[in-house]
Amino acid sequence: MAKHHVEAIVNGDPVEFLCETEETLLDVLRDTLNLTGSKEGCASGDCGACSVMLDGRLVCSCLVLGAEVGGRKIDTIEGMATGETLHPLQQQFLEHAALQCGICTPGFLVAAKALLERNSNPTETEVRYWLAGNLCRCTGYDKIVTAVMDTAAAMRKG
Amino acid sequence: MRYEAPDSLEGAVALLAGATGEARVLAGGTDLLVQMRADILDPDLIVDIKKIPETRSITEEKGGWRIGAAVTGAELKEHPRLKKAWPGVIEAANLIGSTQVQGRATMGGNLCNGSPAADSVPALIAAGAVATLAGPNGKRDLPVEDVMLGPRKLALRKGEIVASFFLPPRSPRSSDAYLRFIPRTEMDIAVVGAGVSLTVDGAGVVTAARVSLGAVAARVLLVPEAAQAIIGSRLDKPAQDRLEAAAQAACRPIDDKRGTVEFRIQVAGVLARRAALIALDRARES
Repeated sequence: MAKHHVEAIVNGDPVEFLCETEETLLDVLRDTLNLTGSKEGCASGDCGACSVMLDGRLVCSCLVLGAEVGGRKIDTIEGMATGETLHPLQQQFLEHAALQCGICTPGFLVAAKALLERNSNPTETEVRYWLAGNLCRCTGYDKIVTAVMDTAAAMRKG
Repeated sequence: MRYEAPDSLEGAVALLAGATGEARVLAGGTDLLVQMRADILDPDLIVDIKKIPETRSITEEKGGWRIGAAVTGAELKEHPRLKKAWPGVIEAANLIGSTQVQGRATMGGNLCNGSPAADSVPALIAAGAVATLAGPNGKRDLPVEDVMLGPRKLALRKGEIVASFFLPPRSPRSSDAYLRFIPRTEMDIAVVGAGVSLTVDGAGVVTAARVSLGAVAARVLLVPEAAQAIIGSRLDKPAQDRLEAAAQAACRPIDDKRGTVEFRIQVAGVLARRAALIALDRARES
């Protein structure tokens, strides 16, 4: 069967690609569009390392088919910084050393950004529940949660 | 593997009814894609139902609510009036997976995945929800408790899909609740789930109730004996004890890594009691 021809908006830019039905959005991002910031941890929606925004909704890109995203808007970790200027969350993750191996980090950042866009003043409990689908086997989470809370506080001050 | 995304129920039904090999409906994909990846499923045809307006909308109908089968958990949670009418259904749907999974997972998929541990199903059954099926011979309604026959076995005929759910009109002083037990607080599959929906009169006496239990039998159970145990009571301690005993008597669970038979039976009673008390509090405030 012929491949699917898909046109979508990725990080604000129109893209088009060909994919097989079996290919996930994560496969397409990494292998076809060379956007390798989104990681494959579990490929079953448990770890969150492949988190992206799909039409403004946080999803695991391993649980979306490439063929499904025609006409839709996808935002990945590659679109988070503005040129050389890091997003405040990225900066706080660095300052708090909220990462070690870094595999989970893009997913945490995309997910945390989605949270702060909906809730500029989350409680620690809200941060922890929101990020329950992002697994980190290095940090123990405390530094990540602190980085998100501190970013929220700094962004509220403007 | 063929992928189709029809924009009408008729189109989806025609594709599924005409399929020669294995065909699967794609709603949120949070079970389907995992099963494909694990080589449990290798369908010849995937029919994505998310472009069909009926599967994606939440509308008021005859005093009740119609919820499309492909509405996501996150969308349900963002609907304040639906959440007020059916808090138990919404909390159950939002116990499925993570924030990311909530952005995709649907109640239609949760039901049709055919797991006895599906979180939204006991809440839908307690709510008296009716599934509207679309098939080659048109539409038909089936109470949610009659859709699933056993693990991975559904009452759907060839070419049929669950298009939407209907939640009936609510009497005053009615509410519902869903609780599940898992060994952690998030991201796990129910060891036991319990949904209770009830109505009380002005004096606080339960006038109607439905109780449903998940993960304690080969299918999600509707337990009329547990409902009868509290109807006519103020849900005082003796009525709670009767409810707990009736819930436990209905359980036919398996032993597995998530829990033993004895543990599941005990927890089913405890959760039924607690869910009933939460539903009662909500009903008084509604």
